[in-house]
Amino acid sequence: MIEVLAPGPYATVQDLGRPGYAHLGVPRSGAADAASLRLANRLVGNAEALAGIELTFGMARLRFLQGAWVALAGAPVPAGPVRGAGMGAPFWVPEGAELRLGAPEWGLRTYLAVRGGIAVEPVLGSRSTDSLSGLGPEPLRAGTLLPVGRPEGVIAVDVAPPPERRPAVLRVLPGPRDDWFAPEALEEMCARPYTVSQDSNRVGVRLHGPELARAKEGELPSEGMVTGAIQVPPSGQPIVFLADHPPTGGYPVIGVVRAADLAVAAQLRPGDEVWFTTRPGR
Amino acid sequence: MAGEHGLLVETGSLELSHRLDAALRADRPEGVVEIVPGPDTVLVVAPGADQARLRARLEAVVAGERGRERAGVAAGPVVTIPVVYDGADLDSVAALAGISVAEVIQRHLGRELVVGWLGFAPGFAYLTGLDPVLETPRLDTPRTSVPAGSVAIAGPYSAVYPSASPGGWRLLGRTSVRVWDVAADPPSLFQPGTRVRFEQA
Repeated sequence: MIEVLAPGPYATVQDLGRPGYAHLGVPRSGAADAASLRLANRLVGNAEALAGIELTFGMARLRFLQGAWVALAGAPVPAGPVRGAGMGAPFWVPEGAELRLGAPEWGLRTYLAVRGGIAVEPVLGSRSTDSLSGLGPEPLRAGTLLPVGRPEGVIAVDVAPPPERRPAVLRVLPGPRDDWFAPEALEEMCARPYTVSQDSNRVGVRLHGPELARAKEGELPSEGMVTGAIQVPPSGQPIVFLADHPPTGGYPVIGVVRAADLAVAAQLRPGDEVWFTTRPGR
Repeated sequence: MAGEHGLLVETGSLELSHRLDAALRADRPEGVVEIVPGPDTVLVVAPGADQARLRARLEAVVAGERGRERAGVAAGPVVTIPVVYDGADLDSVAALAGISVAEVIQRHLGRELVVGWLGFAPGFAYLTGLDPVLETPRLDTPRTSVPAGSVAIAGPYSAVYPSASPGGWRLLGRTSVRVWDVAADPPSLFQPGTRVRFEQA
């Protein structure tokens, strides 16, 4: 068991989500920066799909009621006072010890994997908290007890390169509804940076910047949307959809962020600047 | 295209969306993770699949289903929902439609509805085919909590609230049928294409 002493501003249990239910109105959910959760799991010898803790802005305190191997990935946070605690490498937290995590230097979401995985009860095959629909476990609170699963396999990796701050550039594939916008809208979207709004969450990154003008008026019938979809409501200010986005929507999607850049989007914090590009390279 | 892993197929009609959805579920192309029908489209998500092959397959299935369109509707399963018509908005719906409360109930009972698509919340189905006389706008101020099992209408749709949630639809009544249960397989009683009959409880 791990006892949550303080969850920080917002923390949840996340795995790789519950795919396959979008037609029943169920978001995929799962880690917003799935690449970092996968890495943290690999570092402690877990299967990549096991559940870990997703911290938002760090600042958590956890007491380990049993000793455990732990790894941290994603937004880099100071970790202590456990010996060897840090980013990108497994470390041992002894029984009874408290692990304290500080605020990230950059980025937003930090992933803590524990050998054996967080073993809360799955819902529809996933242990993820879905902030939109409320499926899965409650967000962590002081006093939450998290069971740890039985470890399997061996720890085969001993260290990963420290996470690097990547330029906040999101590569975009146009469509499926770019034809609903003025011909120059995509170009304008890529010409100047957007600023990440305070209203951003696991559903999406809300942006402030160049207003994207519509060419077609009227309403689009509701249609399925993918993670990374850039939806543009009537305000003309785009939203990049993250893990807990609604499965269907009625506002046109001007473009979709490439899968490899979803981790970049998930690490954007309010006030950050971000650029879009339609060029496939970086 | 809907990103690297998604294809948005334009069907142009809800009926063809349902046929395509059913055909793809019956014989799922390799790598397909999500099939999400909408009124005019079907989104197919297949990470890592050969996009050209998938596209060719989808085109073939759409062409086949279009050809069969005149051969009659492939009917979905029928679900009967018993309703106690004691909703808080019966009077306002009757007033807006210019008919009596009894007629509101009769018109809601009188037609077989079809699940168009799901969204808004897990298990929240947009039921199409509502009697046009009953078309009413949503409440100006949504309720902060609508109980699970509430039977409601808004615009051209009816719905059964799968779980307690805020909502602006007009309440006609309630059912004790659980339309959403995470422990059930599938968790939703309503699937795209399911036909729904309301009856007086």
